[in-house]
Amino acid sequence: MKIINCPLNGPRNAQEFVHGGEVDPHPDPHTTSDDDWAAYVFIEDNRAGVVREWWCHVPTAYWFIAERDTVKDEVLRTFDPAEVFKERIDFTRPPAPEKPADKPADKPEGSA
Amino acid sequence: MAFGLLKYGLSPRYEPKRFIQEGGELKSSYDVVIIGGGGHGLAAAYYLAKDYGIRNIAVLEKGWLGGGNTGRNTAIIRSNYLTPDGVDFYEESVGLYKALSQELDYNILYSERGHYTLAHTDAAIRTSRWRAEVNKHLGVDSEVVYRDDLIRMVPHLNMSEDVRYPVLGALYHPPGAIARHDAVAWGYAGRAAEMGVELHQNTEVTGVEVEGGRVVAVETNRGRIGCGKVLQAVAGRSSVVSRMAGFDLPIKSVPLQACVSTPVKPILDPIIVSGSLHVYISQSDRGEFIMGGSTDPYPRYQTSSSLDFMEGLMGHIMELFPFMGELPVLRQWAGLADMTPDFSPVMGETPVENYYIDAGWGTWGFKATCVSGKRMAETVATGRVPDILAPFALDRFRTFDLVGEKGAASVGH
Repeated sequence: MKIINCPLNGPRNAQEFVHGGEVDPHPDPHTTSDDDWAAYVFIEDNRAGVVREWWCHVPTAYWFIAERDTVKDEVLRTFDPAEVFKERIDFTRPPAPEKPADKPADKPEGSA
Repeated sequence: MAFGLLKYGLSPRYEPKRFIQEGGELKSSYDVVIIGGGGHGLAAAYYLAKDYGIRNIAVLEKGWLGGGNTGRNTAIIRSNYLTPDGVDFYEESVGLYKALSQELDYNILYSERGHYTLAHTDAAIRTSRWRAEVNKHLGVDSEVVYRDDLIRMVPHLNMSEDVRYPVLGALYHPPGAIARHDAVAWGYAGRAAEMGVELHQNTEVTGVEVEGGRVVAVETNRGRIGCGKVLQAVAGRSSVVSRMAGFDLPIKSVPLQACVSTPVKPILDPIIVSGSLHVYISQSDRGEFIMGGSTDPYPRYQTSSSLDFMEGLMGHIMELFPFMGELPVLRQWAGLADMTPDFSPVMGETPVENYYIDAGWGTWGFKATCVSGKRMAETVATGRVPDILAPFALDRFRTFDLVGEKGAASVGH
């Protein structure tokens, strides 16, 4: 049985963990292009070598980051995401630029 | 008699003829270089030579011919997929497979068994019905059968209701078949080599030279080879090779494990699959039970076998076929599967001109060997992507136009 060292719970059976994919730099959703967003969603690095990935310890629903060698299948290091993610990503929409006030309404009143 | 035979065998007049002629020295350039000497690459080489008269071809294989996933799959051939795109594509492959022994004059032991996809939940029955209707509409023989039929048609299947996942019914696909997977690769290789295609084993591609957005050469461990066009057909290592050419793929390399039991007399004629239990099982012509399960829980570039897999698989196998508990496992192995987000292949053009890709074959590659070889040959030879391949273009991941194939093996739904 393979053992993974969870930063929160210590060494646990690998079956308690779920693989969550590569740690990708998150593009800014407000400024990124469609192509870059598609690449962020679908394209994989899929390296043969040391990769940095999300893992979750399912019983405690704790997400952490692991560095793993995909050729030797060895987990080299696990750590709390706070080591990498120092601040929250802001998903709130930035204030829209103000529209010219003199433009008449497109739709008649009362329509949704 | 015995002496005569020995004399014949040792006589230099009757030298053994190798069916597959290996390539000798590498030339400095080829019209087409095919990276990967598995079923797909060899089939493409064969159809390029036969249908398009392109014979200045080198197939470069890192290990030995058909030694990757071609020799590691569970050899199931079927076309009862869910999306019209998938059904059309695999139906063409089944047609080619049926005639392949004749076409190659090499027996691939194509054996039509009937294929049952078991349903254990109402949701799975609904998906089965959906697939059956799509299949019938597109001319594929497929029907939903229920408990009464299954008891009659597959008498050894455990139909007890006192199990964790009782069988409610199945999607029955009579043309479902198995074949000898090595023979498919060897047949294509032998006939391609007869037409002048060079097969180079132990030849690893280490780099791809791109000039002005167009591929001009590949670097190998045996030197540089100039090339007009390149077809990449390297399941498992697709991302590694495509990165040499300068682009990334939507693929994760995940091991898929399988095993066979010791051979016994024929007892199980059809192929039994359960998407919910992640199990597929059939009995080969040699009498071995070929069993496979779901892909491993996380990606890695390794083909080691694990006890976890065996334990999980056998739990389900023994629920379906309790007698399997008495059969020892003979061999266990793994192949590296290219998993895409929509369980469909990536075929056709790439961002690099004259560099074509045939990848993303996950758990559904063997059954597509013929059609992908034939259609990729068409793509490479004519420079145009045929309609049947259009839905599988790499570009679909840029335009969010995914295929959504839920009929793929090892996919719970």
